[in-house]
Amino acid sequence: MIIGVCLKQVPASDSRIKIDGSGAGVDASDLKMEINPYDEFALEEALKLKDAKVAKKVIVLTVGGSDSEQRIRDALARGADDAVRLDDAAFAGSDSLGIARILAAAAQKEGVGLILAGKQAIDDDNSQVPAMVAELLGWPQVTVVDKLELDGGSFKAWRQSGGGVRDVVTGSLPAVISADKGMNTPRYAKLRGIMMAKRKKIPVYDAAALGLDPASVGAAGAKVTQVNWSEPPARPPGRILSGEVPSMVKELVTLLRDEAKVL
Amino acid sequence: MSNGILVICEHDGGVFKKTAFELLAKAKSLGSGSVTALVLGADSGAELGGYGADKVVTVAGDFASHLTGAYVKAVQGAIESLSPAVVLAAASSEAKDGLPRLAARLGLGLGTEVTELRADGGAVVGRRPVYAGKAFVEVQVSSSPALFTVRPNSFGIPTSTGASAPVASLGLSVGGGDALTSVVDTEAPSSTVADLTEAERIVSGGRSVKSQDGFDSLIRPLAASIGATPGASRACVDAGFAPHSAQVGQTGKTVNPSLYVAMGISGAIQHLAGMRTSKIIVAVNTDAEAPIFQHATYGIVADMFEVGPLLKQELEAALS
Ligand SMILES: Cc1cc2nc3c(=O)[nH]c(=O)nc-3n(C[C@H](O)[C@H](O)[C@H](O)COP(=O)(O)OP(=O)(O)OC[C@H]3O[C@@H](n4cnc5c(N)ncnc54)[C@H](O)[C@@H]3O)c2cc1C
Ligand SMILES: Nc1ncnc2c1ncn2[C@@H]1O[C@H](COP(=O)(O)O)[C@@H](O)[C@H]1O
Repeated sequence: MIIGVCLKQVPASDSRIKIDGSGAGVDASDLKMEINPYDEFALEEALKLKDAKVAKKVIVLTVGGSDSEQRIRDALARGADDAVRLDDAAFAGSDSLGIARILAAAAQKEGVGLILAGKQAIDDDNSQVPAMVAELLGWPQVTVVDKLELDGGSFKAWRQSGGGVRDVVTGSLPAVISADKGMNTPRYAKLRGIMMAKRKKIPVYDAAALGLDPASVGAAGAKVTQVNWSEPPARPPGRILSGEVPSMVKELVTLLRDEAKVL
Repeated sequence: MSNGILVICEHDGGVFKKTAFELLAKAKSLGSGSVTALVLGADSGAELGGYGADKVVTVAGDFASHLTGAYVKAVQGAIESLSPAVVLAAASSEAKDGLPRLAARLGLGLGTEVTELRADGGAVVGRRPVYAGKAFVEVQVSSSPALFTVRPNSFGIPTSTGASAPVASLGLSVGGGDALTSVVDTEAPSSTVADLTEAERIVSGGRSVKSQDGFDSLIRPLAASIGATPGASRACVDAGFAPHSAQVGQTGKTVNPSLYVAMGISGAIQHLAGMRTSKIIVAVNTDAEAPIFQHATYGIVADMFEVGPLLKQELEAALS
């Protein structure tokens, strides 16, 4: 079986985000990019399945410009066998469904039998793409999974459901699984992997190569547009209490009750 | 012609979640036509009229466990029979799993975890945090219906007018055909308190609780004294002092309570990512320079092991 890992680059989680002057987006000029942390769990799970000989090959699928190549090489260095980068001027302005159409087409082209993705990209925070890919392919999905077992053609996945309940979900492959933290501990790349990854060819597929109608993706196909970017509303300065601990605690409870009215 | 707002109203065995009331009242206030409550798996909901539902439609079936296929089919059926212009759901694990799939099936646009909604001409526009709350953006959805999931506690819980709404079954049959997956087991929650993402009060502990015992004897009782859900920093979870499900932050839960108490948490940017929209933030930390104090409404610079038990006593006294 071939496992496809959907991998996106995002600004490092400790980045400061600046809005560009016109409010049209984020000023990305000096953001340090990393693999989306949830995609690291997806990648690690795929690599573990390959180590266990359940999967024959792990292929990374990325919709992104040439600046995402470094993150793809990082994934190759950790042990992914192959990668394809999905890029076309027609992809610009895609909403989640557009991205999902591109990824679904790539997964089909590569003959993928299981897709592992992150539960959420920590830039747009959409949590939409994996379930959309599953629907487009007509495959079952389990989202927000922190434990996965495969047995022949079927899977068993553990997910946090509402109210603290954990559901154990079964179904048959092919399927889409989105990864939550707790699934595994991502490995680091070894020197040998890094050297090998440097030489790997990363093919780039455009809309035509994927058999996609350019009108179904990018700004042309998007049903969702994001406008008027702004900084988060500033919090009014807080109050640091002073005095002995017992009196501070009393004052705090009074403030919570009478000023904040949250008790 | 599509019109009105359809609100997916979640419940636990017929007891409606607070998010149902919150969303109905918001939907009503948008003035965008009639408000219909959709109830899956229970034949009830007349009381939803008190929060703004003009009518209640139900889909029979077993929705006690979330099954993606059944959920998607039921909401799809409701959309096809009612042609709403807007569909709202709480940003619950069910909706976040099901609605993207539905959006892909019907070619619709979906805005995730909006924290504001407003009517703009005939359309409803959302506003949502991105980059873990480090920026906000307006989200415009051009499809009909436009789908939105709403972060719990964004609008506050209204009081009922006492009105009741007519309840009618949509007569849909779900199940069978769309069984993509099965739920073979459910592991019960370890406690009966509200889920972190829906909690109105949260008390969180950091790495400096020092042990699981520290978490259990300091954080849990303090939380229990005000009916709060216990939370934790990643450092606390990774050290094994609290379960993963308690983690708040970038790679944990995103929470939106009215009161968030951070005990011995430094306030790293990734922790703030999960809780910065909390209405009131209390920080207790020995280090006056800890970044959490820049976000706290009220701060106490002191040892949490000293503050915790006293705070519990005072809170209990204030609530009794
Ligand atoms: C990709 C990525 C994702 C991440 N995701 C998350 C996430 O989801 N959630 C998260 O929380 N973190 C996350 N982190 C980790 C984050 O960067 C911090 O390391 C973490 O939040 C620190 O936890 P802490 O505040 O408990 O510990 P520390 O930073 O070690 O702080 C401990 C604090 O306790 C105070 N203290 C010590 N003793 C006492 C005492 N007796 N009384 C009172 N105060 C005391 C100290 O002054 C200090 O401020 C992530 C990091 C990365 C790289
Ligand atoms: N541009 C992309 N390229 C590859 N995978 C992506 C892309 N965007 C999203 N994904 C995958 O979908 C997951 C959820 O993303 P989102 O729905 O945008 O929050 C991510 O964790 C990735 O696994």
